[in-house]
Amino acid sequence: MYGKKVKLRLTFLIVLILSLGLTIYLVLVSLKENVVYFLSPTEIKALSELKKEKIRIGGMVKKNSIKVNNDKIIFVITDFKNEINVTYSGLVPNLFQENKGVVAEGFLRDKNYFKAEKILAKHDENYMPPELSNQKGDK
Amino acid sequence: MNFFNQSKIFSFINKYHNLILVFFLAVLSLGLIEALIISPEDYLQGDSVRIMYVHVPSAWISLGIFSSMAFLSILVFIFKNKNLVIINKSLAPSGFVFTLIALVTGSIWGKPTWGTWWAWDARITTMLILCLFYLMYLLAWRIFEDKDSVVKITSLITIIGAFNIPIIKFSVDWWSTLHQPSSIKILSDSKIHETMLVPLIIMTAAFALFSLLIFLMKYNTELIKIKNKGLDRL
Repeated sequence: MYGKKVKLRLTFLIVLILSLGLTIYLVLVSLKENVVYFLSPTEIKALSELKKEKIRIGGMVKKNSIKVNNDKIIFVITDFKNEINVTYSGLVPNLFQENKGVVAEGFLRDKNYFKAEKILAKHDENYMPPELSNQKGDK
Repeated sequence: MNFFNQSKIFSFINKYHNLILVFFLAVLSLGLIEALIISPEDYLQGDSVRIMYVHVPSAWISLGIFSSMAFLSILVFIFKNKNLVIINKSLAPSGFVFTLIALVTGSIWGKPTWGTWWAWDARITTMLILCLFYLMYLLAWRIFEDKDSVVKITSLITIIGAFNIPIIKFSVDWWSTLHQPSSIKILSDSKIHETMLVPLIIMTAAFALFSLLIFLMKYNTELIKIKNKGLDRL
């Protein structure tokens, strides 16, 4: 059988792994709100009070919602349950399109209106050649 | 506990080193031809999808190497097997470099796709933490002179850092992140079209061969160091 030292080291490691695992678990659970990169429109609606500080909201750009007004872009972010209106002036990434993911960084004016200072396009997990996506569009 | 005869491994590495090198170069050229020429561009990202063929394999290999190091470190810590220590020490540099490559290529991809070089989202931040753990491991070998304590400290660094690995893996599922969820899942169909999956797999094989090559060279160097110091082991 193994010596006493080996058993001691094994015990040490088990205690280390248990305590560290539990610590990390608790930290992650309690920090859940800070770990998320953005809030969805549904989460915005559920806020008890308006957040004054800079936040990010994310979701899909609603179909046929992008309107360009002088130097302003107006569009709607949806998670298919709730929606929020967004205005923004500035450059948007190439992948900013209707029906695609988006993350907007800025300030919440009220629960239906968000003033964005920065727009990020969110890419989804689908990768395919252009011909294939055209075929899918036709269907 | 002598699983490996070191002089046998030494001659084995010298004998097959060139063979692995040739094999690596062949797989790499095939992978690059597939990734850069044959495979189509993406319907949304255009040509920047090709960055993925370097980014994803690097990330996989950096995670794989750290996981193996953590597993071996548990054995090292409990049983004090010195051969495994040398294996760990030889694995670390290529793991570190591949983590850096994953971070840098991800940043280069992020600018045209997301519109930003860097985002403090869960996946990216945890990858940065992995990079820092690799760095700590490598620095610990230089800082601590005493052989016994350096073995304990380095194996504890990898064991503690291993908690980060499942967090990296599941970060995109647990939290809303800017980084997309994984396209390849074991239990369901891949979200990557097969014309793009083939170069991805070949490039992964090429990078794995490259890390094997670096690992063997590093392992040999470590053995030579030990011999030159007149020690029969670490």
